[in-house]
Amino acid sequence: MNSGREVIDGRLTVEGFSVAARAFADKWKTHNQSLPPWSWVPLINRTLLLSNQQEEGYLSLENILILSSLEESTEDESLNVATECSEKEEPVDHTILVQNQENEAHYYDFHIVYSASYKVPVLYFRGYCSGGQPLSLDVIKKDLPSCSVSLLLQSKWTFITQEEHPYLNRPWFKLHPCGTEDWIKLLSQSSISAGCQMPVELYLVSWFSVVGQVVGLRIPLEMLN
Amino acid sequence: MANEAVKYVWEGAIPLQIHLHKSDVASHPAPPPALVLAPRIGYLPLLIPHIKPYFKDSLPPGEDSIWFDYKGVPLKWYIPTGVLFDLLCAEPERPWNLTIHFRGYPSNILIPCEGEDFVKWNFVNSLKEAQYIINGNCKNVMNMSQSDQEDLWTSVMNGDLDAYTKLSPKLKMATIEDDFSRKASLSSPQSRQGATEMDVAGQVKTARVPVRLYVRSINQDFENLEDVPEIDTWDDISYLNRPFEFLREEGKCFTLRNAIESLLPEFIGDKAQTSGEERSKDDDTEEADGLLREMGEIKLARIQGIEMKLEIPFSWVVNNLMNPEFYLHISVLVKAPQR
Repeated sequence: MNSGREVIDGRLTVEGFSVAARAFADKWKTHNQSLPPWSWVPLINRTLLLSNQQEEGYLSLENILILSSLEESTEDESLNVATECSEKEEPVDHTILVQNQENEAHYYDFHIVYSASYKVPVLYFRGYCSGGQPLSLDVIKKDLPSCSVSLLLQSKWTFITQEEHPYLNRPWFKLHPCGTEDWIKLLSQSSISAGCQMPVELYLVSWFSVVGQVVGLRIPLEMLN
Repeated sequence: MANEAVKYVWEGAIPLQIHLHKSDVASHPAPPPALVLAPRIGYLPLLIPHIKPYFKDSLPPGEDSIWFDYKGVPLKWYIPTGVLFDLLCAEPERPWNLTIHFRGYPSNILIPCEGEDFVKWNFVNSLKEAQYIINGNCKNVMNMSQSDQEDLWTSVMNGDLDAYTKLSPKLKMATIEDDFSRKASLSSPQSRQGATEMDVAGQVKTARVPVRLYVRSINQDFENLEDVPEIDTWDDISYLNRPFEFLREEGKCFTLRNAIESLLPEFIGDKAQTSGEERSKDDDTEEADGLLREMGEIKLARIQGIEMKLEIPFSWVVNNLMNPEFYLHISVLVKAPQR
């Protein structure tokens, strides 16, 4: 019986997702200080007053300011991301701040949500202007690293659709990786041949190392240890 | 040959009275409402070709972006019409009075619907998800020929159960079975499609059933359904798109109550499943009435417009009352647990 501590067939149980999410958020905070940390949003349902015994939730990374470079410039394909200044951390500026074509700031929210049907995590995201108006997919695609986007969108692994967020009653974009369990299995093979099963704590790190690239969020290699 | 219950489901319809929103009225006098019979298993945007002729002369110039609301709540077009009705009208309203808009699509709340293709895409994706849940993969849907997929969708759009019954075996959906349905099928000549997958499915220890649960929680008790307050926003409803899982075991059978309670563990309090275990219920919920009151109560469960007795075997409910995309949609009204 799967206690939820193992990754079986490339899939996660809901308990495994909670464990993997926290491990991911911790590693991100440690190794990826150029970006704000992910937070865990518990699903305490407003209309169902008693909270769940097993805490379910999703990971959230919000208000990421993205300033896309003009097409001719950098060889560096990763996103030009500026951090939000908060009272807690000092702004770390690694980017060339170039205004995008529309001359306005675009903000992005990312949520990693567990799908009970497919037993894998799913990335939801949305973009909006400083006034709060949602960005269309065409505008969003211009903000994403062009090379990664065209590659990944044409592959059979991923596509972007607009669907209702499972909990927020609003339209979001969803990156639906059809073959998640297959490529997680492939990633697990390397652990198995090294003599150990992929621990569930590494699931989201491995998953995000692929999926994050579509939306231009790179993770440092140290996180994969 | 489809059985009686499935025919009943496919023939179910809701009489609608559709009013043109006053901001879209560019004619004088304003047009009378349109009367349309909406199939329960269908979707509102599919009715637009029947409704638009009534109003086209009254519309202001410009492009249409059509949406519906019920008492100010924009209707989610990707939820089957019958489910919307069961959920939003505690006391069934006949005809159901809806407002149609041709402008001002609330795209911050509703995902876009720019034609029949959007509705079809939504249906096919739900079907894939349901198949993934039942079979463990969605290769049969993916491998279906383009024309078969088209024909399947057309049969649903037209409410053509005969055409659907001829095509759906190509999906090779495993049957959803527990001890009750196994015994029932042994004693009756009627057989469900998907027989070829039964052997494979029989080897699977954990069965999963696609369920979409729409939960409305009310704080106070009520005598009549008319006393149930109206919904102002979708935030008043909890939507759970989560499969019901159970272990196939000899002698085990689940009721509708078991299924709903396992999806809403809040309502059985301390007897909630231990972590890591499959959600299978075989215990009685009869004990400690007082405890139940503290925990909350399922007041009403509606499926296909029927107010269900909660003790009905769940496998019967699923096999007979599911929608064409193989999802069972359940509208539940609960009295919230007292603190």
